[in-house]
Amino acid sequence: MQPERVIRGRRVENDAWVVVGLPPHEDLAAALPTGPVLVPLALWLERREELAARRDALGIWLKPHDDPAAIAGDLDRFSVVAVHFPKFTDGRGYSSAALLRTRYGYRGELRAFGDVGRDQLFHLARCGFDAFKLAPHRDPDAALASFTDFSVRYQGSLDDPVPLFRKRAVSGGNPR
Amino acid sequence: MYRYDSYDHALVAERVAQYRDQTRRYLAGELTDDEFRPLRLQNGLYIQRQAPMLRVAIPYGLLSSGQLRMLAHIARKHDKGYGHFTTRQNIQYNWPKLEETPDILALLASVEMHAIQTSGNCVRNITTDHFAGVAPDEIVDPRPLAEILRQWSTFHPEFAYLPRKFKIALNGAEADRAAVLLHDIGLHVVKNPAGEVGMRVIVGGGMGRTPIIGHVIRDFLPWRHMLTYVEAILRVYNRYGRRDNIYKARIKILVKALGVEEFTRQVEAEWEASKDSLAVITDEEFARVAAHFEPHPYESLAEVDPVYVQSRADSRSFTRWAERNVHAHRKAGYAAVTLSLKKTGVPPGDATAEQMEFVADLADRFSFGELRVSHEQNLILADVRKRDLFALWQAAKSQGLATPNVGLLTNIVCCPGGDFCSLANAKSIPIAEAIQRRFDDLDYLHDIGELDLNISGCMNSCGHHHIGHIGILGVDKQGAEFYQVSIGGRQGNSAALGDVIGPSFAAAEMPDVVEKLIDTYLGVRHPDELFVDTVHRLGIAPFKARVYGDTREIARAA
Repeated sequence: MQPERVIRGRRVENDAWVVVGLPPHEDLAAALPTGPVLVPLALWLERREELAARRDALGIWLKPHDDPAAIAGDLDRFSVVAVHFPKFTDGRGYSSAALLRTRYGYRGELRAFGDVGRDQLFHLARCGFDAFKLAPHRDPDAALASFTDFSVRYQGSLDDPVPLFRKRAVSGGNPR
Repeated sequence: MYRYDSYDHALVAERVAQYRDQTRRYLAGELTDDEFRPLRLQNGLYIQRQAPMLRVAIPYGLLSSGQLRMLAHIARKHDKGYGHFTTRQNIQYNWPKLEETPDILALLASVEMHAIQTSGNCVRNITTDHFAGVAPDEIVDPRPLAEILRQWSTFHPEFAYLPRKFKIALNGAEADRAAVLLHDIGLHVVKNPAGEVGMRVIVGGGMGRTPIIGHVIRDFLPWRHMLTYVEAILRVYNRYGRRDNIYKARIKILVKALGVEEFTRQVEAEWEASKDSLAVITDEEFARVAAHFEPHPYESLAEVDPVYVQSRADSRSFTRWAERNVHAHRKAGYAAVTLSLKKTGVPPGDATAEQMEFVADLADRFSFGELRVSHEQNLILADVRKRDLFALWQAAKSQGLATPNVGLLTNIVCCPGGDFCSLANAKSIPIAEAIQRRFDDLDYLHDIGELDLNISGCMNSCGHHHIGHIGILGVDKQGAEFYQVSIGGRQGNSAALGDVIGPSFAAAEMPDVVEKLIDTYLGVRHPDELFVDTVHRLGIAPFKARVYGDTREIARAA
């Protein structure tokens, strides 16, 4: 079987993380698989101590409606925080990422997964995601090109908090 | 007007390249219909009844003559030789080929235009007063703020996949000419007692299936915080707006569900936590953008122009046009002029390539090479010397652009309807035409006085029927096209939604229905009372009785 692949640091790498709470590991009552796991928020809230005591790496994943505030005090317990996109048109995860990075100061790996394709990567990266697990039928190598779709960004965001207008004021805007 | 610098040019060029590649991948089968749909929509492309429809953004309705010539060129080369100006100050082409849309976007980019976010669940084109910069009652020219907002909203990474479309309007004058009470966010520029500029923030207005007048959630927002506050509103909406039901996904439903107070509390809390960001607008940026909207080099003229006065004395038809289509200007000796796109027999808002080129020439000759699109679907030359008005009128007349009906019944606001739009329940253009034909007597029209008649082909209400003094809505009744009539709606500072008068009518009945409404009004109006004011004074009962006959007939029709 092909290893799972993830885009991390603008490179495609093999991915060892297993998502618990979604098929094929949807049974929350089952024993956790060995190796690094991403657990859903509900499981973390229910079995926090047991999960924190695990030897293998631990990550958490949020549903679109999960409030990042619920893990604001726990962020140093996770090697990965992931945000699930059941449909790429559900944009709540973009706000979740922005809040995790700004309001709650999360600095670790922030991963987008689910129905994610190359046409979302540029905006996802701007909102603070730095790892991307594309939908299974998507080619991550081809998707890398889309990180450079735009060289200009009007607004400040997580990738560069300085809005263009503050740079124009310095550079004079180079009018044509 | 705003001119692109190298950043703006680069951004739009990169967008064209991105979309070209997305279209290529779609045509190659690498993207499914579902995957491509949001991508094409955010580039203005719908798939319609007959062909794709491309909606091109006209930011806050302002165009240069060169841009209008390009729109004409596109109409000729990629469409059937015409375009349709919309109630949100955009232009739509109804016959482009999907394969050609990347080329159309490239042509637009060459004249500093685009179709970015003209559709889809994102922040749409920012609209404003079509008399911005020239209106005598203006507090602050809204265009620099609208341009700053346009740039901020363009590819905002957090808000590209909102629950539903999101429309923002900005008004800078005393009188509201941007329908700020009927947008997802309306920003009405005001000055506080200290003379500082800020804005009244209105949220959750809108037409469509659930028409609601917006709620003021903040009386005074310092202008430098325009972006931070809008960002807070959008974040609350993005996180909590409904996504399970497309008909309940607009922000107005969220405001209603939470209550205005709780919604406001959440926005204010979000804003408190995020407002001190680098998105606070700097004086330098405002000055940079505002410099693009400096007043034109006007001549010093007398307020009263003898040539204009004489022409009015000489020509009754010119006077009639001047009374309706010429508007006050803040600069002495100048006027703003509406070129009507409401000639009977032509779909409201439609203009041919030849007309566009002709108007571009008029703009060069009479109005500093610029023009505006109004939300009533007309074109406006905003800076015309009064002494040139007669010559302008003669020229406009020769191209069917001088119908003297601004503010009158035949200046019908109308969506493309069932002739083109796949969402429509019923046709709207033939209804507009039938009514225009019935009311073709100018003396009669002027006697009726100011009257907004708006027609939408479905409850999405692109034709703004809710705020028409007379509003007509196309509905589907067991597969047949019917029309529901409401009266008493109005736009502006005291915006109101119309009340439905009763059961709907067949298309052929519509001219009679409108005539009966007008007859009722003429019979009971007070001197100088507008139709809509009579409706508000008397209620809908007398109108209803006249239209439906006696009560037995009303019961039977129901």
